[in-house]
Amino acid sequence: MINMNEVIETNKMIEQENLDVRTITLGISLLDCADPNLDELNRKIYNKITTIAKNLVTVGNKIQKEYGIPVVNKRISVTPISLVGASACKTPEDYVTIAKTLDHAATVVGVNFIGGYSALVSKAMTTSDELLIKSIPLALSQTERVCSSVNVGSTKTGIDMNAVRLLGEIILETAERTKERDSIGCAKLVVFCNAPDDNPFMAGAFHGVTEGDAVINVGVSGPGVVKKALESVRDADFEVLCETIKKTAFKITRVGQLVAQEASRMLGIPFGIIDLSLAPTPAVGDSVAEILEEIGLERVGAPGTTAALALLNDQVKKGGVMASSYVGGLSGAFIPVSEDQEMINSVEVGALTLEKLEAMTCVCSVGLDMIAIPGDTKASTISGIIADEMAIGMINQKTTAVRIIPVIGKGVGERVEFGGLLGYAPVMSVNPFGCDSFIGRGGRIPAPIHSFKN
Amino acid sequence: MKRTVITVVGKDTVGIIAKVCTYLANNNVNILDISQTIVQGFFNMMMIVDMSAAGKDFELLVEELEKLGAEIGVIIRAQREDIFDKMHRI
Repeated sequence: MINMNEVIETNKMIEQENLDVRTITLGISLLDCADPNLDELNRKIYNKITTIAKNLVTVGNKIQKEYGIPVVNKRISVTPISLVGASACKTPEDYVTIAKTLDHAATVVGVNFIGGYSALVSKAMTTSDELLIKSIPLALSQTERVCSSVNVGSTKTGIDMNAVRLLGEIILETAERTKERDSIGCAKLVVFCNAPDDNPFMAGAFHGVTEGDAVINVGVSGPGVVKKALESVRDADFEVLCETIKKTAFKITRVGQLVAQEASRMLGIPFGIIDLSLAPTPAVGDSVAEILEEIGLERVGAPGTTAALALLNDQVKKGGVMASSYVGGLSGAFIPVSEDQEMINSVEVGALTLEKLEAMTCVCSVGLDMIAIPGDTKASTISGIIADEMAIGMINQKTTAVRIIPVIGKGVGERVEFGGLLGYAPVMSVNPFGCDSFIGRGGRIPAPIHSFKN
Repeated sequence: MKRTVITVVGKDTVGIIAKVCTYLANNNVNILDISQTIVQGFFNMMMIVDMSAAGKDFELLVEELEKLGAEIGVIIRAQREDIFDKMHRI
């Protein structure tokens, strides 16, 4: 039988250390909504989402009440819209009508984000992929809850550099269209390499074509819990340090597994995966950077940061994998700048730069995330940043991503407010030397040699 | 049977257990186990109860217990036991 100390430990994690279920994400396949008539397509999409997801928020709240653990976000991911809209959409504006439908459906069922306004173009773009990508600036400036992502590369296919070039321009245009709100549109646009089909975290969530009709994926989070646990082993060696992270990750993930199974049972929708990620929020004590500093760095960005992050990421996986029957998504440590107070502080004191962040993305999940850069950055430079990050993912057979915000009208050192979970960010400096000719070449980078495993 | 863990934490005062137990009895909740300590003047109690015969919805019981806690000046929580079991038992 459970004893009082165990109960106190769990409740302390929830109340004082920000342990929570970050998201219950309901993945919905829209493949069966495809229709050559745009109005009909929109109607089918709306009906399917509002039917399948109608109880999602209620169930999330019920779980929160019964187990006493916050379920922070209830979200929806859908099939990449470039596939669903391919036969109906002839112009970027046609795609925008679908974005509005998704936005409306999300509002009606009460979720704060809906992901899947996406295209998968890791080898090349179809006409419809290109139309969707070109519609992104308009779609993100005219909707509130829609999140967009584009997968431009994979270890198996190489990198579609035409898409990379186009996305540099698209990101700038999105920034321009939402400049009244600090270019917030770009905070809802992720460029991926090796994007997972079952990621529950926004803004990169979409419901992959390999998935079933509907699925429940859950992301847990507890950077504060890991930080607190590490405070008790401050002078211990790496063995003890790693053991402590593993045990804590196990406990956190078990809660996620329980919540996922309950949500799946209550909604009558199959359970997909648990995403093991440590996801920070701007709240004090909910920071991945603080964990790294607790491991022994004066500031994140100092020499040793990449090694500390590598071991953290690995131990989180080792502890988490045993706690859940199915692990997937991004699973690792997130290092978004604007969503992590200690990351922001480190940038502001000059400890953390874009280049160091890039190095860090080699050893943790995801990539350059929620980074504000000057609004006058060239499109080709943004494409260059994307290409670098995609190359890291392609060569290392891992997911990498870029969610970067060129803030129109702002320069290095100024501050940008996104509000809520998206936080605020200092504008970071970008290497001033250009890469126009590189990005201008066109075509694709071939798949790496180690992708040929057959 | 789904068991529930009720925790009561707060400044020690007369009648905490009596009031909580009376509420549970009135709502047909069966107490299976109680442990209680006082640490530095703070009252800590954990109960494991069976709510399956209770006439009310689980969520309503949680809310009413929270309200009762506010009246006594302590924090009362009711959570499904699974969350502790899953976290601390393999």
